[in-house]
Amino acid sequence: MKNKTGTGQAQQLAGIINEHHTELLDGWMAGLIARLVRRDKIAENELRQQASQLLPLLAGALESGDSFDIEGGAWDDTRQLIAEISQSRVRQGYSPIDTASFMFALKEPLFGYLRKAITAQPEQLGDAIVSTSKLFDELGLLTIAIYQKAREQVILRQQQELLELSTPVVQLWQNVLALPLIGTLDSARTQVVMESLLQKIVDTGALIAIIDITGVPTVDTLVAQHLLKTIAAARLMGADCIISGIRPQIAQTIVHLGVNLEDVMTKATLADAFVVALKRTGSSISYQQQAH
Amino acid sequence: MERIPILRMGRLLLVTIQVDMHDRLAMTLQDDLTTRIVTDRATGVLIDISALDIVDSFIGRMISNTAAMARVLDAQTVLVGMQPAVAITLVELGLTLPGVKTALNVEKGMALLGKSYQ
Repeated sequence: MKNKTGTGQAQQLAGIINEHHTELLDGWMAGLIARLVRRDKIAENELRQQASQLLPLLAGALESGDSFDIEGGAWDDTRQLIAEISQSRVRQGYSPIDTASFMFALKEPLFGYLRKAITAQPEQLGDAIVSTSKLFDELGLLTIAIYQKAREQVILRQQQELLELSTPVVQLWQNVLALPLIGTLDSARTQVVMESLLQKIVDTGALIAIIDITGVPTVDTLVAQHLLKTIAAARLMGADCIISGIRPQIAQTIVHLGVNLEDVMTKATLADAFVVALKRTGSSISYQQQAH
Repeated sequence: MERIPILRMGRLLLVTIQVDMHDRLAMTLQDDLTTRIVTDRATGVLIDISALDIVDSFIGRMISNTAAMARVLDAQTVLVGMQPAVAITLVELGLTLPGVKTALNVEKGMALLGKSYQ
């Protein structure tokens, strides 16, 4: 019996949406624009377009599915459109509230028409409003879930890009590579740094790699261990490493922590390390007196 | 029985490992190499492992031991052609081969041995 009522309600709701399409759309837009934080013409046009696409899909799903269960097969198209709308919101930088309001704003105008349609039986009206409200709550939650998922994807992608961006290996001179490290060294980054350094050694046949740690905020035992690992791997490939850019505080920390850097050549600045590297590879730089 | 060839170039010995090393092969190589260092009066040994994709802890230790034995017999060992992935694996295993000299390829290894020979 209950199911039957649900079916009737879904059909009724679909009828209302189909009948009052334009008025509903106007009411929905008015509600949306009132709630919208970001107000510009393009956004309004886009909202209107998305809303007018969604309304017939909603009606269709209610009609053919005969139920308020949005997990059902009849709701596939609607769910997909909502997913697309949510994802585009993430890209455009809307807040989650704005995104969810999109669904909730349709409630008010719909309730208005429901009230007009079922004037005789207050009980039936109450039921209809409750189930319609539930439906839109679920749709709103779906919007938020998709919004969240899209956000997480964005964060994941940015993390990956950051990882790749932050480990450049540059060739300073024939046989001399430089690896300016910026940011904290964790084990995942060490792996990336090691791989790109070793690959570059193979590509260029470099004999010396200068690891510049000016941009590394702190050096603790773990970071030092990661550095030593990288140096050991480079040595196995036949390249010597020089650590440069050691700030006074970091030198103090290293000694206090008892990290053994005695087997590694260290220099205070990249310039000093470069001079040593040039000498080792048999190159030299000389200043030319400028004629006035 | 399968053997890894040892080539002589002047007073240098060249070993190119091109097959997957199993434990007995590694031991045979160690035997052969020490014998050849003595009979050929070699002053340098070049081990090329550019064809190896996998080096386990046993082979790593074997290489390190061979270098130590060669040093006792007054010959220098240079390990050349290690793949980046192999280098990372060895470091993760804690095998940094401290006593072994390394070079990127055979050419650079030869240059390294030649320098110390003069």
